[in-house]
Amino acid sequence: MNEISPLLILIAAIFTNNILLANFLGMCSFLAVSKQIDTALGLGAAVIFVTTATTAINYGVYHHILVPMDLTVLQYIVFIAVIAAFVQFVEMFVERFSLKLYHALGIFLPLITVNCAILGVSLFMIIRSYTFVQSVAFGFGAGVGWTLAIILIAGLRQKMGYSDVPRPFRGVAIAMVITGVMAMAFMGFAGMVNIQ
Amino acid sequence: MARADKQACATCGKGVCDGKGVVTFKDGVWHINPVAVQVLGICSALAVTNRLENSLVMGAALIFVTVGSNLFVSLLRNITPRRIRMIAEVAIIATFVIVFDQVLKAYYWEMSKQLGPYVGLIITNCIVMGRAEAFALSNRPMVSMVDGLANGLGYAAVLAIIGFFRELIGTGGLFGHQLLSEAWYTPNQLAVLAPGAFIALGFLIAIFNAISGANREEGSQR
Repeated sequence: MNEISPLLILIAAIFTNNILLANFLGMCSFLAVSKQIDTALGLGAAVIFVTTATTAINYGVYHHILVPMDLTVLQYIVFIAVIAAFVQFVEMFVERFSLKLYHALGIFLPLITVNCAILGVSLFMIIRSYTFVQSVAFGFGAGVGWTLAIILIAGLRQKMGYSDVPRPFRGVAIAMVITGVMAMAFMGFAGMVNIQ
Repeated sequence: MARADKQACATCGKGVCDGKGVVTFKDGVWHINPVAVQVLGICSALAVTNRLENSLVMGAALIFVTVGSNLFVSLLRNITPRRIRMIAEVAIIATFVIVFDQVLKAYYWEMSKQLGPYVGLIITNCIVMGRAEAFALSNRPMVSMVDGLANGLGYAAVLAIIGFFRELIGTGGLFGHQLLSEAWYTPNQLAVLAPGAFIALGFLIAIFNAISGANREEGSQR
C-alpha cells in the first residue's frame, strides 16, 4: 500500500477512482452548480484548493495530535472543524479579490463545508494509510477529478437545455442519468492504474 | 410522562406536538422526501446501495442521527446564540455519528468495513443539517423528533428500494443469497458498479415525479 508513487495516486484519483463518479462524493453541490460551465469552473477551483490544503492540515492534526493522544475517535469532529475554518478563509479571500465570482457562487461557497468530497478525502487518507506526500497528491487529484467531472457534465447539461426531455425526467432525474453515462465513460480508464 | 405524551399525540389534542405530528410525518416521508424530492444526501444514497444489507444499515444510521440531533438541537434552541448555531449543530450531529460508528465497529465489524468512510460522512449529509436548521431550530422537541424520524424513514425507504433493485439486478440475489437461477438469468454487473447507482437514482426520481404529478423545476428547466 505504501509504496505507490504519489504520481500514480494523482492520476488514479483523477481518472480511475474519480471522487465524484466512482465514490459518489460531492453530489449536493455538484447538482446545484453543474448547470453553467463558468460557475462550475469557479467552484471547482475552490474545491481543488480546499481539498489539497485541508488534506495536508488534517494529516498533520491526525498523526501528530490525535494519534499520540489516543483520540482518534474524535477524527470526524476535528476534521470538520479544520475544514470549516479553512472554508471561511477561502470565502473571505474570494470576496476580497473577485466580487463577481463571490456573487456567482453565492450560497455554495459556505456549502463547501458540507461538501462530502472534502471530508471524504480526509477519511480515505486515514483508511488507506497514505504518507504525507501521497495524501497531498490524493487530495489534489481528487479535487481535479471532481472539477473535471463537474465541468464535463455542466457542458452536457447546457446542451440538454435544447432537447425535449420526457416530463418526469426534467431537472435532476436526467442529470443523474447523464452522470451515470459519464461514469460509464470513466470506467474505460479502469485498469490503467489501480488504487484501493 | 411518556405515556401521557403518546396519548396526547394519538388523539392529536394539540398537546406535545402542537397538533403537527401527523402532517410533519407525512411531509418527511412523502411530500418533501429528502432524497427523491429535495435531492439531498444523495452521496451516501448512491455509494452504499450496491447491497440491500448496506442500505438498511445506512438507513438505520441516518434515522438514529436525525432523531437524536433534531431532539438536542431543539432542546437547546433557546439558549444557542444565533451566530454560532451552525457549529453547535455540527458538534451535536458529529457526536451522534461517532456514537453510531463506535457501536458499529464494536458489534458489526464486517459492516463497518463495508461502509468505509460513508458512516463518518453522515456529518456532511445535507439532510441532517438541513432538518436541524430548517425544522428543529424553530420547533418544540417532540415534533422535531417526529420530523427527524420521518425524514430518516423517507431516506431509509429510498435507500432500501435502490438497494433492492441494484443487488437483485447486479447479482441475481438478495442478502447474498442467490434468488434468480443462473440458468436463465445472467447478472448485470453494471447495476452494482458506479453507473448503475446514478441511473437507478435518476429513474427513481423520475418515477417519483410521475406519481406525484409535479415536476418542481418545470418551466425553469427545459
